[in-house]
Parts: sequence; structure tokens; C-alpha cells
Amino acid sequence: MTEYTQGVKLRTGKRKGFFRQLAGQWQLALMSVPMFLYVLLFNYVPMWGWINAFKDYGNRKLVARGITPYNGLANFKWLFSRPDFYQAIRNTLAMSVINLVFGTVSAILLAILLNEVRNRGFKRTVQTVTYLPHFLSMVIVVAMAQNIFATNGPINALLTGVGLAKTPIFWLGEGKYFWWLVGVINVWKEVGWGTIIYISAMTSIDPSLYEAAAIDGAGRFHRIMHVTLPGIRSTFIILLIMNIGHLMEAGFEIQYLLGNGLVASYSRTIDIFVLEYGIQQMDMGVATAAGMFKSVVAIILLVSANFIAKRLGEDTLV
Amino acid sequence: MTNSIEMNKRPRRRNDVVFPIVNTCILILLMFVTLYPVINTLAYSFNDGTDALKGGISLWPRVFSLQSYRSILQDPAVYQAAWISASKTVLITLLNLFWTGMLAYALARREYVLRKLITTMLVLTMYINAGLIPNYLLITKTLHLSKSYWVYIIPTMFSCFNMIVIRTYIVGLPDALVESARIDGAGDIRVYWQIIFPLCTPVLATVALFVAVGSWNSWFDTHLYCASKKNLLTLQYLLKMKLATTQASANAGKATAEALANSNSTKTTPVTIRCAITVISTIPILVVYPFLQKYFVTGMALGSVKG
Repeated sequence: MTEYTQGVKLRTGKRKGFFRQLAGQWQLALMSVPMFLYVLLFNYVPMWGWINAFKDYGNRKLVARGITPYNGLANFKWLFSRPDFYQAIRNTLAMSVINLVFGTVSAILLAILLNEVRNRGFKRTVQTVTYLPHFLSMVIVVAMAQNIFATNGPINALLTGVGLAKTPIFWLGEGKYFWWLVGVINVWKEVGWGTIIYISAMTSIDPSLYEAAAIDGAGRFHRIMHVTLPGIRSTFIILLIMNIGHLMEAGFEIQYLLGNGLVASYSRTIDIFVLEYGIQQMDMGVATAAGMFKSVVAIILLVSANFIAKRLGEDTLV
Repeated sequence: MTNSIEMNKRPRRRNDVVFPIVNTCILILLMFVTLYPVINTLAYSFNDGTDALKGGISLWPRVFSLQSYRSILQDPAVYQAAWISASKTVLITLLNLFWTGMLAYALARREYVLRKLITTMLVLTMYINAGLIPNYLLITKTLHLSKSYWVYIIPTMFSCFNMIVIRTYIVGLPDALVESARIDGAGDIRVYWQIIFPLCTPVLATVALFVAVGSWNSWFDTHLYCASKKNLLTLQYLLKMKLATTQASANAGKATAEALANSNSTKTTPVTIRCAITVISTIPILVVYPFLQKYFVTGMALGSVKG
């Protein structure tokens, strides 16, 4: 197995041709190249499908015969003339901003509270319970939400019971509640899971910082403000960049499952728009154009967030 | 961290007594809020169907009945769906662990010449996505996988996030392990399977959990590709179909619910059936989850920092 000893030598500066090195590492190649090809097929080859965004699927008769002529930017022009597309963009951004803000704030708050718990058993119990909803499927979560938010469900019983509402509120059937309902359900599902990374950042804070702060007379609140929060700053920034890259992903499952005809103008995200036009109405051209618009905006968002973080001297993703 | 020594050094504040109590109360309330929907669904599933339509069931069934479970367990479609769900979950998990583990090992080796290229291409997939329609066309038109069992397996054999979690773990293992095995003449494939793989149990358990849960919970692939094939439906999809039928009564509110209650003589209603299927499809997760919990917390923390 001389190739491996040579592989070790390589790091001491001796250079060889790329292909001779690769031949020496055929076992590593065997372990990684099949999966690499798989990823190329399933993640990169489909990008070729973006070409459909520039094709006309409008004429059913021609499409049935497999003829889809190019139509330049007509699909994009059509999209941007549609009020329902703007509505889909608005809903996507609204829900992802709500999710981002509430998700992050609630996760950090819970992480701080958990970090202050001294009893290990209790801390573990809270963690076990709050991580659980993360593992439930959206179908199950929506099924539960339909019980909880039903007109004769517990939320309405509570609200009418304490006198906050005179008559039961129709949570699932009124558009104005939909975004917030999605926000609440997402926080319920992900708050515990979201704490994991912040708690691990908090445990890496040097305990002597807390002691020093305490000696200087800082109370619990001041220690949280001046030691804990600065300690999770870089984690927060990295997650923020990642999440900004995902702003165009408001999720799709929850809107699809929880939405209904009555709230459609608030529940329709870009993904649902794509699904309706592409799969249900088989207008691949328009649907691909909408999907492509989403991907391009996502990349721009990610790159700019990363750039801004770099300018501010923070850790960055790339 | 805030230990007794420190407590003695400074005057006790009122805050130090009040805060832990308030904190404990908040966290207990939070656990209650987290568990309430689960217990509520459980209570509904064990309640008499017609009675359940009146609502107002909280943590305990009002009129106890096993009728919903009985009617589900008499339905052969449920068994078929459970079999599809379970078998695809096991198969996907094994395939994922097999390939992702080896890939992570190869990409953890610094001297590997393709490391940079492959890693970059894989990480990019976490941010750039061709989108729904191009993927749909690939699977239906190019690969002809729709209406086939393999549509569950083949497109979901890899996740970059999981690969990064495993790779981070492998990078954290001592280099000497690999170096010494190689000096003894072992090739990389042997090094991986005989030395690294057994050491990776915690992280592989984490990834197995993620993959298995993801597969068990998925319904959209069924919806897109297999909705017309009765024998390929999954449990989650059966539940999803129940959501659609109960949507109607949720929308129209009480009136329909009462009409349904009056017309129904079978003691089960879509609501209780829905709750019973929810419970059945949640059980496997509840069973596996506590055993793997000790692993995934470390795995998550490792992976997400890098990711």
C-alpha cells in the first residue's frame, strides 16, 4: 500500500500530477464519487429544467404533441402582471419574517431560561418535552391544530371563559389570522429544537466571565445582558445569514395543509403558486419561471447578507 | 456555574430567590403548552365520535370509546400504508447511513484530491435548489419513477446537512487512528469500516434518527407521485386525506358538525378517526425518540455550527 505512505508524504511538499494522486486514492474516490454523481443528477441536472421558464406551455394542443416553443421572457412578463403572484410574494415574505423573528426570539429566550436552570434533571425534562414537536410531521401538527383552534376547541373555550372574546373566534377560516396562526404553530413546533444551538454556544462561554461579573456586582439580569448575550452573538449572526438566505422559503407544507378556500389569499405562498400552476394546471412555463424567480432572489439574499456580515467584521458563512 | 462559593461572596438579592421560582413556573407552563395538543388529540381519539363533535374535550375523554381504533384497525388500507411507511423508512435509513458515512469519511481526509470540489458542490445544494417543477420533470419524465415504490427511495438517499454532521464528528477523531492503521497497510475502505464506523455510533444514530423521522413524516412525495396508486399510500398520506375531509366541517363550523352528529349512527366521526390515525402515526416516533435523544443533541450542535 505504498500509495498511502506517498499520500502522507504529499503534505510535506512533494507535488505529483492530479491523476496520479487520484489513482493513489482510488478507495476514497470509490467511497465518494458515486454519491457525488447522485447529487449531480438530483440537484444539478434538474437546473436544466429552468429552460422551461422560457417556453410556452399555453397551447394545450401543441403541448400534447410535445411542442413547446420558446417565448423569451413572456412567462416572466405574465407573472409580473398577475396580482396573485404579488400576493404570493407578499404572503411568503410575511410568513417567513414572522417565523424568523418569533422563531429566533423565542429560541433565544428559552435558551436563556434553560441556561439558568440549576437542576439537571428538570432541565433535561424540559428539553426532552420541548424537542418533541420538532419530530412530528406537519400533517400531524396540522391535525392537532385543527382540534386546538376549532370553533369549539380549547383556545376558544379559554378566550370566552376569561372574557377576552364574546363569541368563539373562527381561527381557521379568517384570512387575517392565518399568518399569525402559522407563526404560533411554528414556534410551538420548533422553539425547543431552536435552543440546541444557542445552549451549546452558551456552554462554551467561559464561566470565569460570570464570576467576574458577579464580583463586580452584576445581578442575574446584567449577567444575561452582558455575558450570555454577547457570548451567543456569532452564532446568532451565522444563523441569521442562513435564515435570510431562506427568506423565500416560508415553508410550504403548513400553508398547504392548514390553508383552505376561505384563507387562500393569505395562505398562498410562492411554492403553492408554483404547485397550482405547474402540477394542477400543467403550465410548466409559468410555474418554472416563478420557481426560478424564487431561487434567484434567495441566492441574492444569501450573498448580500453574507457580504454585510463580512463588512461588519462578523463570522460569515462562505 | 453560579455556585455556592459565589453566592457567599455577595449579598443575597431578592432576585436570586424569586427568579428560579418564576423560571421554573414558566418552563412548567411551557411543557404543558407543548404537551397539551398531543394529550388533547389522544383524548379525542378515545372519545365517542358523536359526542366528540360537541367539542370541549380537554385532557381526558368524556365518553370513552375504542370505536375509532377498532374501525381503523379493520381497514386493510391502514395496514398496507403502515407497511409502506415502515419499509421505506428502514430502507432509506440504511441506504443513507451506508453512503453518507463513507462520503463523510472521504471528505474528512485532508489529502483527498477531490475533497474541495465535491464539498463545495454538495454544500451549494443546501442553498440552491432547482425547484419543484424541474425536480418533478426529472422524476416523472426523465427517470419514470412516478407510481413506483422507488420514488420514495431513490430521490432521498442523500442529505448534505447529515453529511456535514458526520464529517465534523470524524474530523474530531484523533488523526493517529487513521495514520497508524494505514501504516499497518489498511486501505481507506477498511479503515472506515473497521475503525471509524464503529467509533461513529453516536453521530450515526443521530443521522439515522433525522433520516428515519424525515422519511416517516413525508407525505408530499406520495401526494405528487403516487396519489393514484392505492397500494403505495403511506400513513401520513392517509392522515392528510382525513385532514381534507374534516376541513369541511372545520370551515362550516358548528352547523355542519351538528348535522353530521345527527346523521351519524356509527359512533365514529371524521374527527375521532383523524385523531386516532394521528396517534397511530405518532407512536413510532414517540417510541424511538427518547432512546436517541442523548445522541442527537451533541450531533446537532456539532453539525449546525459548521453548516
